[in-house]
Amino acid sequence: MITKKRLTHLKQLEAESVHILREVAAEFTNPVMMYSVGKDSSVMLHIAIKAFAPSKPPFPLLHVDTTWKFKEMIKFRDQRAIDLGFDLLVHSNPEGIKMGMSPFKHGSKVHTDIMKTQALKQALNAGKYDAVIGGARRDEEKSRAKERIFSFRDKNHRWDPKNQRPELWNVYNTGIQKGESVRVFPISNWTELDVWQYIYLEKIPIPSLYFSKEREVVEYEGTKILVDDERMPKELREKAKKEMVRFRTLGCYPLTGAINSKATTLPQIIKEMLLSTSSEREGRIIDKDQEGAMEQKKIEGYF
Amino acid sequence: MENQNNKIAKDIEGYLKEHENKDMLRFLTCGSVDDGKSTLIGRMLYDSKMVFDDQLAAVEGESKKYGTTGEKIDMALLVDGLQSEREQGITIDVAYRFFATEKRKYIIADTPGHEQYTRNMVTGASTADVAIILIDARKGILTQTKRHSFIVSLLGIEHVIVAINKMDLVDFSESVFKEISKSYTELANELNIKNTYYMPVSALDGDNVVEKSKKTTWYKGKTLLNLLDSIDISKKEKHEDFRFPVQYVNRPNLDFRGFCGTIAAGKVSVGDEITVLPSGKTTVIKSIIDSGDIIEENFHVTCKNAYAPMAVTLTTKDEIDISRGDMIVHSKNVPRVSNSLKVMLVWMDEKSMELNQNYDIKRGTSVVPGSFEHINYKVDINTFERKQVHKLDVNDIASCKMILNQPIAADSYTKNRYTGSFVVIDRITNNTVGAGMILGVSRRENDLSKIHSKEYTDSEKALNKFIRENFPEWDCKKI
Repeated sequence: MITKKRLTHLKQLEAESVHILREVAAEFTNPVMMYSVGKDSSVMLHIAIKAFAPSKPPFPLLHVDTTWKFKEMIKFRDQRAIDLGFDLLVHSNPEGIKMGMSPFKHGSKVHTDIMKTQALKQALNAGKYDAVIGGARRDEEKSRAKERIFSFRDKNHRWDPKNQRPELWNVYNTGIQKGESVRVFPISNWTELDVWQYIYLEKIPIPSLYFSKEREVVEYEGTKILVDDERMPKELREKAKKEMVRFRTLGCYPLTGAINSKATTLPQIIKEMLLSTSSEREGRIIDKDQEGAMEQKKIEGYF
Repeated sequence: MENQNNKIAKDIEGYLKEHENKDMLRFLTCGSVDDGKSTLIGRMLYDSKMVFDDQLAAVEGESKKYGTTGEKIDMALLVDGLQSEREQGITIDVAYRFFATEKRKYIIADTPGHEQYTRNMVTGASTADVAIILIDARKGILTQTKRHSFIVSLLGIEHVIVAINKMDLVDFSESVFKEISKSYTELANELNIKNTYYMPVSALDGDNVVEKSKKTTWYKGKTLLNLLDSIDISKKEKHEDFRFPVQYVNRPNLDFRGFCGTIAAGKVSVGDEITVLPSGKTTVIKSIIDSGDIIEENFHVTCKNAYAPMAVTLTTKDEIDISRGDMIVHSKNVPRVSNSLKVMLVWMDEKSMELNQNYDIKRGTSVVPGSFEHINYKVDINTFERKQVHKLDVNDIASCKMILNQPIAADSYTKNRYTGSFVVIDRITNNTVGAGMILGVSRRENDLSKIHSKEYTDSEKALNKFIRENFPEWDCKKI
């Protein structure tokens, strides 16, 4: 008997991601999965469930909460953890909170460094994790396109882009010494379209912020941001207007641009995405601080 | 592309339905700085509308700073990712790029062409189904073309597209194209490359990349993208060649013990008789869980059979000892088990390979210490000449004898890419210092094939099958 059957591209991607997650579970003693509540995390979570069924995935979820996330994200996060039976760990940088860190006051660069990069390092050091699973994709940004699926980090969580381990076939080198760690990206080879298609096919729950609705937004640093709470400066809030908007990515509300849209269903979102002329990260303020911004942030330990 | 956009605008659900069944193809692009490799990839992404306005705006800014194309947008900057690369105008590391057509999703491994980055090219080639080799029409076949072709053939890529680029600089001359195609055919024959395809292109202006060029009316073949869409990459493998490297043992409670892994080859069905290697113990498949079928509401979905490259969980009828690193195969098709392997090794570390030093050998899911006892010969990747050497330096490729501290079940690389390949890990630094392909498995130790060595005639096999199927109560063994 001869097999000529081939899996569809989504099934191939899914199988590859399952393989990667199982490799983590088999080779590391203390792995953790980063959960950012966005669509990519949602896909990753869903695949983790598949990979270990009928067991629960053998690692907890970790959310680095900058305290500036959309309110709905936090609600959604807590509910998903309960529904799927995951252990959910949440960490915010206590020093940043003490400083009263605000993207409005301190700017995106300082905020991201203290509330995301530093907070992440604190959480990883405290948890002594040897593998940290993240939902980054190679199509997102140029420096990500070069990152390994199992990406080595030194004791200070730094990435050395010029000295990466060769990664061949589906054989992953998981060797580390004490204090070092590996960041693992199971959905490296997925594109934004793959992610949306998969969410649609598998009916994966995602926060409603991705769907268009009449929301209160205001122009800020070249994008439209949501009035999510009272911490937004009064003079901004006063200029807010109701518009039909949605978000292509989710993060800190002051740093995440909304787009005008009528898409209220998944097919409509996919349609808009396919016909759009701008990339999903366009609405992200942090990527554009400086040229090669992402590469620099990644070297410093950002995801 | 226009048609596609109309379809998306008018009937998105119909469009999604069609695209659920897309295939996936991974390809490698080989060429050096001057061949226009990054330009070609940038062109494919740009012409297939994978580049967004904001990305293009960023590249326009950078074109002025680093660009090498004057007034035109430097397509290469779309793909050269790292700052250091943009500054130097070269590709150093493997970058992965993505685009999709109506037929397929593509993953491009964009690799550097310089000799000092051979290991990076080997890395990119390891997962590719197809290779695109760029040849500068003005220069024809160069040393680097031979080197790239050698690596492509070494890594078992069966389809090679020879893109003869910069046709604009030779006035789109048919005779230049024919001349180069002819010499490459000889090279392909020498290297045993199965399928070759030739096309005249100009990556800079997009001729024959996505759209058919008006300047090459003599060329009757497909455009690059059309060709990629139509190449048949399905592997004709036998069900019986089932190979399952056990990756993870899933044991949530005493009632369930599942063996997780990705099927490396063949097909498995409930009721199949299996052998676990290297132990040689046998049992029967009780159930199969395809991870793809699992839904959040039901963790207990099972299926009747599964095939490569599905990620599945198998349970067995008998409680026998099976652990990570073992290989499950059909009892009627058992690979050789040995600790002595003839391999083709690519050395990837600045520190030279030392004979008889212990390294960790990771093959599939098994990690076993091993060493290289002998270098049979080193291949000069530019001339394909064989040389006698006593050590291997970075980027060296050599046939070696590898001895493992424990035997493993192994296939040759030509038979199976995933059970016939391995990486070499330094036991102190944990770096990946080499990668290898199994050429042959010696009958040195624990060779299970002896048990199965008796040859049966077809009628004996048929009789055995008849008894097994009709008189299961006899517990007849499969031959």
